[in-house]
Amino acid sequence: MPAADASSALLEVRNLQVDFRTRNGIAHVLDGIEFSLSKGEILGIVGESGCGKSMTALAIMGLVPTPPGRIAGGEIVYRGENLLKASKERMRRIRGNRISMIFQEPMTALNPVFTVGDQIAESIVLHQGLSRRAALDRAVELLREVHIPAPERRIGEFPHQLSGGMRQRIMIAIALACEPDILIADEPTTALDVTVQAQVFDLLLELQQDRDMAIVLITHDMGVIAEMTGRVLVMYAGRIIEAAAVDDLLENPQHPYTSGLIACVPQLSDEPEAEREALMEIPGVVPPLTELGVGCAFEPRCGFRMPVCVQSRPSPVAVGAGHSAACWLMEDADRQGADRQGADRRDGDRP
Amino acid sequence: MSGPADRPLLQVRDLKVHFRTGSRGPFRRQTFVHAVDGVSFDVPRGTTFGIVGESGSGKSTTALAIMRLAPITGGTIDLAGARLSEAEGNDLLALRRKAQIIFQDPYSSLSPRMRAGAIVREPLDLMEIGDPEGRDGRVADLFGKVGLRAEQQALFPHQFSGGQRQRIGVARALASQPDLIVCDEPVSALDVAIQAQILNLLRALQREFRLTYLFISHDLAVVQYICDEIAVMYLGEIVEQADRISLFKRPLHPYTWALLSAVPSAASKRRGRRRVSLEGDPPSPIDLPPGCRFAGRCPFAEDICRTEAPARREIFPKHWVSCHRVGDDGVPPHEMYPLANGPGGPGGPARP
Repeated sequence: MPAADASSALLEVRNLQVDFRTRNGIAHVLDGIEFSLSKGEILGIVGESGCGKSMTALAIMGLVPTPPGRIAGGEIVYRGENLLKASKERMRRIRGNRISMIFQEPMTALNPVFTVGDQIAESIVLHQGLSRRAALDRAVELLREVHIPAPERRIGEFPHQLSGGMRQRIMIAIALACEPDILIADEPTTALDVTVQAQVFDLLLELQQDRDMAIVLITHDMGVIAEMTGRVLVMYAGRIIEAAAVDDLLENPQHPYTSGLIACVPQLSDEPEAEREALMEIPGVVPPLTELGVGCAFEPRCGFRMPVCVQSRPSPVAVGAGHSAACWLMEDADRQGADRQGADRRDGDRP
Repeated sequence: MSGPADRPLLQVRDLKVHFRTGSRGPFRRQTFVHAVDGVSFDVPRGTTFGIVGESGSGKSTTALAIMRLAPITGGTIDLAGARLSEAEGNDLLALRRKAQIIFQDPYSSLSPRMRAGAIVREPLDLMEIGDPEGRDGRVADLFGKVGLRAEQQALFPHQFSGGQRQRIGVARALASQPDLIVCDEPVSALDVAIQAQILNLLRALQREFRLTYLFISHDLAVVQYICDEIAVMYLGEIVEQADRISLFKRPLHPYTWALLSAVPSAASKRRGRRRVSLEGDPPSPIDLPPGCRFAGRCPFAEDICRTEAPARREIFPKHWVSCHRVGDDGVPPHEMYPLANGPGGPGGPARP
């Protein structure tokens, strides 16, 4: 594998396929995922439960549960090295060291019977070969870096003695212990109160800027996407259906699912006196991945469905600089030269 | 004309819910969790009153006390002119017909062994509303009202999606034709794309039946969308209360202001603003600080805030706030003293 083309991108995911064996047949949990991540970038991945956003993170970490899961194809190239071909030993050296991850529920991700100091020191001893005492000193520094008051005292405490926001800071400290290039944050603030979420976001932005670290932020919340990310992937049923810079995506969404995802949730507004219109509904639910047909997976819920949508699956089409969408409407627009950008999809007639 | 029609449907006065904590013994100090500590508000018929707050603020306990599902330590609750807080036995049963609740999690609040139709029918049977044949028709009617098909009555909860399960919860709450429906975080457990279905349904039902909602949520955007009047709770107390436009246009309490600024939003005008960062977590509701409960996290706290509890003042008509630092002219501290790390200030990390 030539490493030359990876010079700009820190991480490149190419045509990633993950299958799960289920009682009802094979589910293509990830189907042709492609994206790249640059140094210091914050990439958002957004979608409903079951769209594959967390599985993408697990695949990068080499943590797809096998069986029933299986990586069926593709490449995950980190600094020129295909991680899918890496040995278990090599993967252990990368995971938690070069690429780290923080999870949604900081209570279940921390071990209740070890002190937080031990849990932070563990990865430092493992990856950097420091003595336990030196690692604990480093743990105190890390706690200070994630703004935990009285860190010398805190390293001797157990997870249950800390608040939710404090636990998530500990998780971040563990993830940062080895100064990774990439931090994957899977819904890091979903379990936290909004004022504590704001603290965690400020911390992540500060660390990203100080260390030039890339962050993959997984969320279902378009508000979080708007606040935190630079570029966004929208996933649906195991595929990326739209990718764009964040402002472009929010101002000018192309895929009907993306516009639905933006319009179906009330957004806090500084103009409360404006008329409250009925929220746009995305009817139905995500179909079971074992029952996907040959057409577009969003077709049963889409207000713009056409005959072609059931017959075959649309591929991503470039619709602007750094903006692509996988929808037959895009192809249609190309063919007819019609300007679809002005079309107000909120009024799309729903059957 | 004055009469019962002018009275608010729900009147809560100085409501207190204190829970005894576990530490007991001859030399142990008995401590109490002050979950709800002197809450008062009115809800007019046909409107939606929101209670918003973070975990531990007492918003859900307030809802449970109004449903008589949490022990009331003090204060009164009046529903449609009757003293709900003191009702017992048959009186309480009769009042329960008038107030129903929709719970947060439709996965755990529906019995997995009951068919959907039986779940919706159960309140009719228990409260002996209508004759048995009439109840069949009523259940079918309710299924239609919440957007489910009549034949889905035969299915079990696990055969429905999350949104459909919450529709069953709504139908069950509507069954006894209540005046008041307490909605305790009704969309928080649902997937983002499904929340709109339930919020639109609640609004449509309110218009059709002139329902009154007490809407409990931690989500300020949802509260802004659905509520007419809102109370902000912090550590068992209402710190600010106003109609939706006043509250979101110009929050007066520093906590409300910080809370609003912390909400991530995709609305174009809010993007790129700076957040106010509150330090720390709320203190424990067991050992409450003297003075203002928010003083420890408040960037504007002065000596008086740490010693004396602020009185509730009506600064503008129907806009109440409990804060020493809001001037009598109605200027809040965050407008008088811009913060270094506040909106418009120089500090804080830059937006990407």
